[in-house]
Amino acid sequence: MSGLRATTPRWLAPGLGALIAALFVASLLVGPAGLGLTETARALLLGQGEAAVLVMREIRLPRALLAVLVGAALGMAGAAMQGYLRNPLAEPGLIGVSGAAALGAVVSLQTGLAAAHALALPGAALAGALGAVALILALAGPRGGSLTLILAGIAVSALAGALTALVLNLSPNPFAATEIVFWTMGSLADRSFTHVWLAAPLIGLGCALMLSLGRGLDALTLGEDAAAALGVEMTRLRLGLILGVALAVGAATAVAGAIGFVGLVVPHLLRRIVGARPAPLLWASAMGGAVLVLAADIAVRLILPQSDLKLGVVMALIGAPIFLHLIYRMRGEMR
Amino acid sequence: MLAWQAVSRAVSGAVSKALALGLALGGGVCAPAISAGADNPPPQRVVSINLCTDQLAMLLAGQGQLVSVSHLAVDPMASAMVAEARAYQINHAQAEEIFRLAPDLVLAGQWSNPHTIDLLRRLGIDVVQFAPETGFDDLRANIFRMGAVLGRPAEAEALRARFEADLAALRREAAERPLALMHHANNYSSGDASLAHEILLAAGWDNAAVAAGLAGGPVAMELLVMLTPDLVVSSRRFPGASRAEEVLDHPAMAALRDRSRRAALSDAEWICGTPHVLNAVARLAGLHEAPQ
Repeated sequence: MSGLRATTPRWLAPGLGALIAALFVASLLVGPAGLGLTETARALLLGQGEAAVLVMREIRLPRALLAVLVGAALGMAGAAMQGYLRNPLAEPGLIGVSGAAALGAVVSLQTGLAAAHALALPGAALAGALGAVALILALAGPRGGSLTLILAGIAVSALAGALTALVLNLSPNPFAATEIVFWTMGSLADRSFTHVWLAAPLIGLGCALMLSLGRGLDALTLGEDAAAALGVEMTRLRLGLILGVALAVGAATAVAGAIGFVGLVVPHLLRRIVGARPAPLLWASAMGGAVLVLAADIAVRLILPQSDLKLGVVMALIGAPIFLHLIYRMRGEMR
Repeated sequence: MLAWQAVSRAVSGAVSKALALGLALGGGVCAPAISAGADNPPPQRVVSINLCTDQLAMLLAGQGQLVSVSHLAVDPMASAMVAEARAYQINHAQAEEIFRLAPDLVLAGQWSNPHTIDLLRRLGIDVVQFAPETGFDDLRANIFRMGAVLGRPAEAEALRARFEADLAALRREAAERPLALMHHANNYSSGDASLAHEILLAAGWDNAAVAAGLAGGPVAMELLVMLTPDLVVSSRRFPGASRAEEVLDHPAMAALRDRSRRAALSDAEWICGTPHVLNAVARLAGLHEAPQ
């Protein structure tokens, strides 16, 4: 079995790690405050410079950390869903999981639940994501074709988006309705450590759960019967996948809005490098997702420094052509 | 987006939806003033559909002359004259309900929905539009214009004179002006062409954003933090949640407020150019002596 496949190259993990580190530092250095290199380092590491410390430790550091967390969550969730469905089009943003999570988050914010209890916001987003993953899996199933998957995804996305817009339009807050863009496109602007602490444990838990599915997903590439013969429990695998994806995507969306295409682009780029095996693709996509979101978040600050360009805009510019390319290649199956 | 937010905050957060519509449709041409001179009898049934004209009209109209004010006039988050406004019929700036009131004059804002205004004009109703006040000069001009439109120039002159006297009594000409930062939803900060800026100056503060050369509008939070102001003025929260207002609670801004004096101003106190802005001037002037 392994003789047919290339093994994961040794340089992949350190290479992606180095990229993450470099982009993380770059993310800390980019910003309109115009701080110099030494000033930045002194404020961040030594706590010198009153205003600069606030800028570095309370504004830029949580933003960079969230980019890593959100990217890892979305990248790995994409790889996990694609591994389970054996379909490269399965992506949390495209099939409505992120949209449903955003709906959960918006409902908890507008009903006041989020203000009443700290865990209500990620909890509600998780519930939304959970519902969407379960629904998609029930509709498309492991044997479902691409057409079913995409159609189910369109329906779930449209419904979640419409309900999100409805809830925001009904809000007594005059600013709420203008925030439909944030919840559908995502942004890391002006997030704080509150959001980091809110998302980090749930994303960690979700990613750990998905990583534990690696062996099962690898076996599944041989078909369900072969996987069962190898001792993989399909019900357990499915449950772990639903929970893991919902935890990671729910927590990421609760703090950053629905960012699409990360889970599509990253596994697509890394699949050949890891020899098309789902297990290493999981961690590689998590690292690749962190790289992509960090880079995109730097890009939005460089392109339009003052106006909070949404991350989803950059992601769609990168992701949509890849999506079209995948559809083009799968035309035969789609008909 | 930037221009939208700038104008939106200048008028009122609460009217932002109508405003966005007005801007999107490219409306808002100011109609020439209709002066009620000797040959023009003053209007008998006046309806106001804009928060700011509501308040100016309530201050100047004669007994029974003003029939209806907008629903925002009874919203305590936006209006400084809620109690007075309850005495009038409330409208929602819809052409049909305004027509039913049979007005001979409608008072509107420059950014009121242009479709509503077009429709009212086609129905043969006079509509006068007022531009939002971006300073005390606009405030004086609009008082004068409202007096002319309502046929009550003497009352307008008296109101203006009282405003000047009260302002002169409150105005602080400090040699050294501490820095005050206006921080509102979406990190909006007021520039020099705003009523809020003049209120700060009259109260003896300097506008930290303007002093640092920043234009009004949404400003990156990093830049606001770097200003290290002596006073942070924020708006009060609207009900319901919004990410726009979440920036008011951001730990960096909270730390900035902890180091400086802080004040929460209600939008009602400074959104419209009426003599009620003097309440805001008095409160901000009083903060000079307040303990840190």
